[in-house]
Parts: sequence; structure tokens; C-alpha cells
Amino acid sequence: MKYLFVFVILFSVSCKSEKKGTVELEVLDFNGFTHYLEFNDSKTYVVNFWATWCAPCVKELPHFEMLQSKYKDSVEVILVSLDFPHQYDTKLVPFIQKHDLKSKIVVLDDPDMNSWIPKVDPQWDGAIPVTLIYNTSKRLFYSRTFSYQELEAELKTFLL
Amino acid sequence: MKTILTLLVLLTTVTFAQNAESKGYDIGDIATDFKLTNIDGNTVSLSNFKDAKGFIVVFTCNTCPYAVAYEDRIEALNKKYAKKGFPVIAIMPNNVQTKPGDSMEAMQKRAKEKGFTFPYLMDSDQSIFPKYGATKTPHVYVLESTDRGPVVEYIGAIDDNYKDAALVKTKYVENAVDALLSGVDFEVHKTKAIGCSIKL
Repeated sequence: MKYLFVFVILFSVSCKSEKKGTVELEVLDFNGFTHYLEFNDSKTYVVNFWATWCAPCVKELPHFEMLQSKYKDSVEVILVSLDFPHQYDTKLVPFIQKHDLKSKIVVLDDPDMNSWIPKVDPQWDGAIPVTLIYNTSKRLFYSRTFSYQELEAELKTFLL
Repeated sequence: MKTILTLLVLLTTVTFAQNAESKGYDIGDIATDFKLTNIDGNTVSLSNFKDAKGFIVVFTCNTCPYAVAYEDRIEALNKKYAKKGFPVIAIMPNNVQTKPGDSMEAMQKRAKEKGFTFPYLMDSDQSIFPKYGATKTPHVYVLESTDRGPVVEYIGAIDDNYKDAALVKTKYVENAVDALLSGVDFEVHKTKAIGCSIKL
């Protein structure tokens, strides 16, 4: 018997959380999500857009996980899943459990993609994976995949 | 040190070359014709369609969930617009070594299951999608036939809701083709959407 707890957050109809086992998905539309692109504090944010159906994304995920564990204090990795809602339970949650992902995970569910893709970055054409790295003094968008070495080298240019 | 410098120069050159190549077409550019193998074994070119007023060229595949979500809508576009002079031409751009689910046999099977009435071509040497600048599936190019050749009039998504055709508010491709058919200007020539990157 599985228990599904749905927390309805009264302040926002567009924001919902589902708890299943030990994995609680934070599912947001773009309005609910934008603050993840706008933190204004001493940390450097590494925002990676991915999905379990995207093979090159899955391949580079461990590099983001490793980065998060190595730079715990100065960096926050945010893994933004673009998985399909009907696959949250069948694909996404099992994937998170299987790989024991430690980084912050948010799920972006907003089908009007042309309205929000350019707001993440004007250069983004919609292919994934893409990664945004930003802090208060620098912001760069990467339409590419990373090895761990490449990712860490890129991050270091933000930590100078 | 010299080796490292040479390597760096080489890498930079390669990066620039890739960027230049991946830019592809913009609105108003003349699209290249092609000669690609269809699922029935014949080759298909735009120039085969003598009376076409234009084309709805869709880079798509079997294996991308977004492409699958749009299969029925791509078929519906062909049903609606082929007879009006804007046939759908679907091109599968993935490397089948990387994505065996997009092999010619798999394409034939899928087309049969779904009853595709449009040509479903394979970009076997992956030479056509970079010229268009397609980066993902599905990725649509609406072309208008002119004396100069097929002119790119729209690039992007089919509509604004991949999840549910019933909830679509704006049908980007239909709006573009309708406007081209009636010879009027239209507003949205480019849209963006999440898709699966084309597999090299």
C-alpha cells in the first residue's frame, strides 16, 4: 500500500508538492520557478536543466553531484527536471532514489515553453542539457555537456 | 608548451567552426533542397513537389518523447495542408548507431502503426539538419516556394502545449501556413520549445 501525500500550498495554486517514499518532488510552473534563477546572496548557483529521458543529461548528472559535494559551502547545485508529469512516479522518482541524488531537485512543469525558455536565456533554443551558472557578479549560460573537470574549471572562474 | 598552445588554437578553431555550422537558417533564408531516402525506399526531394506552395519540414524521430507527443498533430498537419499545397516532409536526423530505435526499420514500423501519410525521410549522413540549423526533435521549418527557392518563413514548435493538444492556445505552424496561403503577414516567425537534442 502506497501513501501519497499532497500538500496544497494555499498561497499559490501553481505550486504543488508530492511526497512519495522519501522523495518529495517540488513541482513548479515557470512563475513559481523563477526565483531559482534570481538568488542574490554569497553563493554561486549551478542550475542544470535535465530529464531522465535525456541520455546526455543523465550521463553528466554525476558531475553535478560531485561538484555539489565538493563545494558544499559556496555552491548550490539545482537540478531542474523537465520530465513529463505522467512519468514523475514511474521514471523520475525511481531515478532519484536509484542514484541517490543529493543535489536540490526541482521539477519544472510549464507547457507554454516559448513563453519561458527565452527568460532563462535568450540563447537557449530548447535543447537539453543546458546549464546556467550565476552569482552576484557573473552569469553564464552553457548549451553543452560537461565532464567533471570542465565543470569544475568553469565553476572556478566564478569563485575567483 | 608549444604543443599545448597548438592544441588550444586547434580547439578554438573547432569550437568556432561548430558554432558557425550550427547557426543554420534564419527567417528569409533560402532552404537547401535534399535527396533523402523515404521509408518506402524511394528518394524524396522538395523539387519533386512541383505544385507545392510550400512545405512543413519537421525534424522528428521515434525515440524522443516530445516527438512522440506530437506524432498525431504532425499527421493532422499533413492531412489538413498537403491538399492545400503545404505537405509535411518529416526528416529523422539522429545517428542510428546512437539511437537504434530510430533505424529505418523502426521508422517504417512506427509510420505503419501511426498511419503516417507524409514522407518520413532519413538524414542518413546527417548532412541536412546542420544546414537547417535543427538542434532537436521536433523542430519545424515552414518554407514558402518562391522563384528564388524555398524561403524559410517559420522556425520552431508546432504549438504552445506539448502535453495536451486540447489545451493548445496558439497553433504556431497553422497560423504561419494559413497566413502564407492567404498572402498576409503574420507575427510569430520563431518559437522555442524543449526537445531532445539530435543524436550525433
